[in-house]
Amino acid sequence: MVVEAGRGAALRNSAVQRDLAIRAVGRWLGLTLTPIFAYAFLWLPILVLLVFSFNESKSVSRLSGLSLGWYEGIFANVIGTGADFSTDEMLESFQNSLFIAGISTFVSTVIGTMVALALVRGRFPGKRILDGLLYFPLVIPEITQGVSLLLFFSILAKWWRAMSGQVIQRGYGTVIIAHVAFSISFVALVVRARLVDMNPNYEEAARDLGANEWRTFWRITFPLILPGVLAGALLAFTISLDDFVVTFFTRGAGFDTLPIYVFGLLKLSPTPAINAISTLMLVLSSLLVGVSLALQGREARTIR
Amino acid sequence: MRGERAERQPWQGLWLATPTLFWLLVFFVLPLLLVAVVSFMTRAQDAGGMLPFTLQHYERTLGIFSPILWRSLRIAALTTLLCLMMGYPLAFFISTRRSTVVRSLCLFLVILPFWTNFLIRTYAMRTLLANEGTINGILLDLGLLLQPLRLVDNQFGVLIGMVYGFLPFMVLPIYASVERFDFRYVDAAHDLGANDWRAFWRVVLPLTMPGVLAGSALVFIPSVGAYVTPVLMGGVRGLLIGNLIARQFGGSGNMPLGSAMSVVMMSVVLGIALLYWLIQRFTAIADGR
Repeated sequence: MVVEAGRGAALRNSAVQRDLAIRAVGRWLGLTLTPIFAYAFLWLPILVLLVFSFNESKSVSRLSGLSLGWYEGIFANVIGTGADFSTDEMLESFQNSLFIAGISTFVSTVIGTMVALALVRGRFPGKRILDGLLYFPLVIPEITQGVSLLLFFSILAKWWRAMSGQVIQRGYGTVIIAHVAFSISFVALVVRARLVDMNPNYEEAARDLGANEWRTFWRITFPLILPGVLAGALLAFTISLDDFVVTFFTRGAGFDTLPIYVFGLLKLSPTPAINAISTLMLVLSSLLVGVSLALQGREARTIR
Repeated sequence: MRGERAERQPWQGLWLATPTLFWLLVFFVLPLLLVAVVSFMTRAQDAGGMLPFTLQHYERTLGIFSPILWRSLRIAALTTLLCLMMGYPLAFFISTRRSTVVRSLCLFLVILPFWTNFLIRTYAMRTLLANEGTINGILLDLGLLLQPLRLVDNQFGVLIGMVYGFLPFMVLPIYASVERFDFRYVDAAHDLGANDWRAFWRVVLPLTMPGVLAGSALVFIPSVGAYVTPVLMGGVRGLLIGNLIARQFGGSGNMPLGSAMSVVMMSVVLGIALLYWLIQRFTAIADGR
């Protein structure tokens, strides 16, 4: 086929122009409009809470005047409309949350780091099964984890009462056990990634210089994986502090953590005081994120 | 040297794994097995299970409760799709910022909401969308609406709430894989005559697929079993399978029925996880890894 040279060039030209137009529109859609929309989507609800926590009235669409009334209420021990929700109770539930997150983070960090070492450095039958087992808490929906533990603890309690006549109460213990069960995986996966990245020469050098395994671990391996261990611990702590579903099913009656308390508040007594509480919690989480970023910055500077 | 030691101790490192093995077997696997067993039992007076074994709970789950199951899967799939459509460009945008400070700031702006309490975040979205909420309030004040739009207490509310709650789970894995992507491949594709569109579908997307798959799994799994978001955003009309399961384990529930529902839901999720694993295997082989 012989195409007239001029027409061919014009055709090519218009094709190029079409391509450039598609490119411009695509760029604008993909790299400008969608990210702006996504950021607005992520932040608008939070900004609305923040702004209207200072509103004089109950409205969340019209600012009638600035006031610290809702914050004053919190400090005057009044949160909800009924007598059921007081600041003292909220602080108590927050203490419970911190206690549970603290213990479960400690236990899961210790045994999670141990299992990461076993998986990277160890050699034993069933290692691959253990590896698969670690992904369970990530692929089993939380609701299933929650109800299965509820069933487990209630059958255990029934069986124990029949055997010994004693009653097992659900509460701190059962919640901590459950939180450790899902936290181990997060710690182990983070620490393992760090271990895999680590240069094994340092450990070999220590052994060549006569250090035993114990000494090698504490003097060489542990300092090198410490940022990973801390990152894993922080992750476990946050997830435990934020967990609602598993806690909901493993706590006993009348035992509240902060998310359980907040859930009750949202369902039974949604007042603008919640906006003020949320703002305070947001400030607290920002501080935690700051700490975590500082840790990550330190991690980036450690030697490989 | 390490090989030598390994030969000497065939069980090396097992003691390090024992506590985790114990914990996961007793407090994770055993309870799941109990759920599987109880799902075949008859409901007892105290809502627990008793003999004889029966299949009636599976019949009910796949029979009269199947619309709720389908609704959960549909909303979870839609949530994943919307998160992907928003999360991919966002992750791409963040990882292509040249200045490290801007990049960190952009990432920080995604992570911070993620660190805020999940319930509070969901409630914040509700504040925005509710009948007496910000959007409806402003539109009514401006006279653009005569009646508030129903944006919550239905499936739409649940969908928006879940996209809002899980979006960071999508952005972070994709960000990790786009950040590792070598943009010289795009130049190479252009040199070989591909336009942007083609270069994206044939080069960028396949090479960032691991992030897309990981993000999709991290969004889809919690969406299928969601409990909190449907309660806060969906009202009675937005209930999902997670709420139905939870109800069976409450006061006058039916634990065997709830167990059967859990088993069905878990099978679906594990089936999809298996598919994900197979795809990953397949793409790894295709890449010659």
